[in-house]
Amino acid sequence: MLEIRDLHASIDGVNILKGVNLRINAGETHAVMGPNGSGKSTLAFVLAGKPGYAVTSGQVTYDGVDLLGLAPEERARAGVFLSFQHPVEVPGVRLDQFLRAGFNALQKSRGAAELDPLKFDRLLRQRVKTVNVDPAMTKRAVNEGFSGGEKKRNEMLQMAVLEPKLAILDEPDSGLDVDALRTVAQGINGLRTTENALLLVTHYQRILNHVVPDFVHVLVNGRIVKSGGKELALEIESEGYDKYEQPRGEALPSPA
Amino acid sequence: MTTTNTELNSIAAQEYRYGFVTDIEADVAPKGLNEDTIRWISAKKNEPQFMLDWRLKAFRHWETLVEADSTPTWANVSYPPIDYQDIIYYSAPKAKEKLESLDEVDPELLRTYEKLGIPLDEQKRLAGVAVDAIFDSVSIATTFREELSKHGIIFCSFSEALQERPDLIRKHLGSVVPYSDNFYAALNAAVFSDGSFCYIPKGVRCPLELTTYFRINTAETGQFERTLIIAEEGSYVSYLEGCSAPMRDENQLHAAVVELIAHDNAEIKYSTIQNWYPGDRDGRGGIYNFVTKRGKCQGKNSKISWTQVETGSAITWKYPSVILQGDDSIGEFYSVALTKGRQQADTGTKMIHVGRNTRSRIISKGISGGRGNNTYRGLVRVMPKADNARNFTQCDSLLIGDQCGAHTTPYVEVRNNTAHLEHEAYTSRVDEDMLFYCNQRGLSTEDAQSLIINGFCKEVFRKLPFEFAVEATRLLDLNLEGTVG
Repeated sequence: MLEIRDLHASIDGVNILKGVNLRINAGETHAVMGPNGSGKSTLAFVLAGKPGYAVTSGQVTYDGVDLLGLAPEERARAGVFLSFQHPVEVPGVRLDQFLRAGFNALQKSRGAAELDPLKFDRLLRQRVKTVNVDPAMTKRAVNEGFSGGEKKRNEMLQMAVLEPKLAILDEPDSGLDVDALRTVAQGINGLRTTENALLLVTHYQRILNHVVPDFVHVLVNGRIVKSGGKELALEIESEGYDKYEQPRGEALPSPA
Repeated sequence: MTTTNTELNSIAAQEYRYGFVTDIEADVAPKGLNEDTIRWISAKKNEPQFMLDWRLKAFRHWETLVEADSTPTWANVSYPPIDYQDIIYYSAPKAKEKLESLDEVDPELLRTYEKLGIPLDEQKRLAGVAVDAIFDSVSIATTFREELSKHGIIFCSFSEALQERPDLIRKHLGSVVPYSDNFYAALNAAVFSDGSFCYIPKGVRCPLELTTYFRINTAETGQFERTLIIAEEGSYVSYLEGCSAPMRDENQLHAAVVELIAHDNAEIKYSTIQNWYPGDRDGRGGIYNFVTKRGKCQGKNSKISWTQVETGSAITWKYPSVILQGDDSIGEFYSVALTKGRQQADTGTKMIHVGRNTRSRIISKGISGGRGNNTYRGLVRVMPKADNARNFTQCDSLLIGDQCGAHTTPYVEVRNNTAHLEHEAYTSRVDEDMLFYCNQRGLSTEDAQSLIINGFCKEVFRKLPFEFAVEATRLLDLNLEGTVG
C-alpha cells in the first residue's frame, strides 16, 4: 500500500529525514518509535503533505501513485489520514459540520453520494458509539476548549468517520492518563481491518500494550536504524534509545 | 509563523466582480460645490422651498466646518485630503421624464442590475422582496409599490416622497441626524440627490422585505443618498440595502445618511450588504464610504436592529447607532466587516441609553486579510435617567495571514449606577496550521476558509433575512477566494 524509498526531507533548511525506507501492506500495523527530535513527526507531516516541509530526495508510492505529487487534501481524499499530535482548534466551526464537510469532500472525490445533515447525523451518532466519545462533543467548535484527552478522542472520532485506508497516528498517546489511553487505544483497535493500515508514531511503548503492532521500527536521527516485531518495543522500553544514538554525521548501516 | 505565507497572502487577492461600467448617457451637474450647485440640484428635482432652505442652511454650516478644517480625524484610517470642488454632486441617467413601469426603464440600466443579480422584475414577488434601485443619484424603479400601498405603506424614492408627502419629510428629516451632526452629514444634507423613503402606518406589519440597491456608475461622482424610515406605533418593517460600483482608479466619495424612527412597540430591522469597489490590491481607487446611520427608538418598547455585512469600499467610516429614548426599548448592532488588500475599516456603533430598562446588544466580527486594517469603535452611553440599562458587547477579530491589523476601541460612559454592562472580545488567526488541518480532512483551502469565516460570522448571518444570508455568505467567499491551489 505504502512504499517509502530513501526519503530525505528538511524544514527551514535543516535536514530531518536522512533516508527513510519503509513498506506497509494492507492489514498491517507499524509502529515507528524514536527519541525526541528523531524525525517521527516530520515523517508523519511529510506523508500528509504539510506545507513548509521540503522533500529533497526519495519517493513515496501510495496505492501505485506518487503520494508526494498530491496536494494535502488530495492525499486525504485518497484515504490518507493523519491523527495530529497537537490537534488544531478551528474556532466557531461546529465539529459535526466540519466532519460533514470533510466526509462529503471525500465522497464527492470518489463519485459517491454526499450526505445531507440528517443522514450524516445518523452516521455520526454511530461512529460516536464506536469510539466511545460524548455525543455532545460534536456540537462544540472543533477542538475549541477541548481538554487534551478530548482532542485525542476527537481525532479517533474523525478517523472513524472518514474511514481512511492509511491512518498515520502521531503520538495518539501523548498527554493521556491511563484510562484515557485505554479509551483511545480501544478506539484505534476498533478501526483496524484487513483492508486498512496503521502507522503509529510514538515515543513510549505503553500504547503498544493496547494497540499491538505487527512491526516496530526505530527511528533515530532521521533514519530507521532497526526494524523488528512487537518485542523490539519492549526492548526499547527497558534499554532506551541510547545504544542506537550515534554522534551526528556518522553513517549508520542501512537496515536490511 | 515560520513557514511561507504566500498562500495566505494570496487568499485575499480576489478580483472585484462588480467593476463593470454601464455606457449610459447621464444628466450631470457641473463639477464643484457652491450654492448654485445646490440650487441646481433642488430645481432639477422640483423641490418645495423648505427643502431648498434646509439644504442651504446645511451648506452654510458645512462651509464653516471646511473653514475650521474639522473633518473627522479620530478614526483609525488614513487617506489624502479630499478636494470637494473636484466632485460631481449630481448624475442621473438620461431617460424619459417619468417612469410609469419597468418597461420604460433604459434596457442598458436593467442589464446592469441583471449583472448585479438584482431582478427588478415581477419574479421578485415570489421572493417577497420589494426593490428600489438607486443608480448614481436617482431612483430608477420601485417595484411592488401598489401592493404595499394597499397596506398604507409608502415605499418610494426620496424625491417622490418629497413631491407626494412633503409633510412627513418636513416633520422627520434631520430629526435623528441633524445637518449639524458631523462634517459628512452636513455635506449630505446640502447635496443629497435621492434615496429611499419608507413609512409604515400604525399596526401594520410590512409583508415584504424592502430592498434598495445603490450603484455608483459615473466617474468622479459622489453619491449622497438619504434614507428615512418611519415605523408608526406597533408596526414592523425589515429593510435591506445593497451597494456596488465600477472599478475606477480614482477614489469616489459616498456620504450617505440614514435616519430611522420607531414609535411605541414598533420594530425596524435594517440590514446592509455593502460591496462598493474596494480599490485594487495596491490601494488605488475605491469608494470612501463615510456614512452616518442612526435610529431613534422614540416610543416605549420599540426596537431597532442594525445588521451590516461590510465587504467593500477602500475606506469605511460608519457607526450605525441607536438612541434608546423610549422606556424598555431595544437597540441591536450585528456587524461583519471584512478588510483585505489595502482596505481600511473603522466601524462600530453607538448605543445611547436614555429611557428606563433599555437594552442593547452589540456583536461585531472583524475579518482582516492581506494588508487590511480593521477597527471596531463602539460607544455605550448610559444617561442619568436610564435606570436598569443593560448592554452586552462582543467584538471579535479574525486575522488571515500576518500582515493585517485588527483593533478594538470600546468607549463606555455610564452616568447611572444601576446599569449593567458586559464586554467580551477575542482574536483568532487563520494560519497555515489551521488550513492544513482542514486540508487533511479532505477540504480544499477555499472550502476550509469559507467554513471558518462562516463559523466566525454565523451569529451575524443568522440575523439577516434568509436569502440575504446566503448572498452574504457567497459574497464573503468571493471576496476571500484567492489564487490558491
